[in-house]
Amino acid sequence: MTEGKKALLVMGCPEVPVQTSMVIYLAHKLDKAGYDVTVAGTDAAVKLVKAADPENHYIKKTADVDQLIGEIVEQKIDFDISFAFMHSDAGMTYGATFSAISKARPFAIVFGKNAEALAASIDYPAEKIVAKATHNPNPLKNKIDKVVL
Amino acid sequence: MSCIEQMKYKLYLERTSFKDAREYIEKNSEEVYYVDPGYKIFKDYYIIGVPPVAMGVRGKEMLFTYVKPCHGTFVMGIDSEEEIARLRENEGEKIKKSLKKGGPKEKAEAMPASFGDMWKK
Repeated sequence: MTEGKKALLVMGCPEVPVQTSMVIYLAHKLDKAGYDVTVAGTDAAVKLVKAADPENHYIKKTADVDQLIGEIVEQKIDFDISFAFMHSDAGMTYGATFSAISKARPFAIVFGKNAEALAASIDYPAEKIVAKATHNPNPLKNKIDKVVL
Repeated sequence: MSCIEQMKYKLYLERTSFKDAREYIEKNSEEVYYVDPGYKIFKDYYIIGVPPVAMGVRGKEMLFTYVKPCHGTFVMGIDSEEEIARLRENEGEKIKKSLKKGGPKEKAEAMPASFGDMWKK
C-alpha cells in the first residue's frame, strides 16, 4: 500500500534535456501509485517543470532543494521514498546528502553522457537506475518502468 | 541563497569534484574534522556532501565545501572563531559518545590475551 506515503524527486542541474520530462513522468507515475509527491530543485529546475505543467496536473508540490535539506535535518519533514536525478558530480553529492539525512528509501537516477562512470562513483546506499540518455528519454524511461513502487 | 554568499569569503578551489575538494581540505588544514551531511554552519547553511565530509581549520579560518548543482563543488574559507569552536566541541562530543558506547571496555575485551592468540586470527 502506498496511500499516504510521501515521495521526493530531487532534480540536479537542468542542463540535460531528459531530466525535466523524466521528472514529470515519474511524478505522474508515483501520483497514480498513491504517493504524495514533492519535486525539489534549484529555482531554474523548478521553473522548467512548472512551465511545462501550468495547471499542476503532474507536479503538485515543489520545493527549493537547499531549503528542503534544512527542513529534513531539522526533522520538520521527511519522505518514504526518494529519487535523486543526477548527471554530474554535484548532483551525486546532493544524492549522497539526501541518502544521509533522510529515512527515505533512496534511488539514484543517473543519466547523461558519463552515466556509467558517475554511477560507478556512487558509494553511498542507493538503488541505481542508470541510462546513457541525454536527448532521448526512452532508455531512462524503460529503466524507471522496471522499478517496483 | 544562503547567507554564506553575502559573507566575506575566500575561494580556494572552484567548480571541482567533491572528492578533490575534500582532499584539498585534508591536505591544506592544520586541523581536520569530519561532520555528517546536513551539519549546520553560519545559521542557515546545511553542508552538502558525500560522507565523510571534511571541515578544516587554518588559523582563524574555517575551510569547508560548498556545492552548487550547476557549478560543482567549491572550497571556501571564512574567518570564524565561533564556528571553529563549535567544530572542536562537536568533535569532543563525538569522542564522548564513542566512549559511552563502550569504546575502551569493548576494545579491551576484544584484545587478544597473548601473542599466540594474535596469530590464531
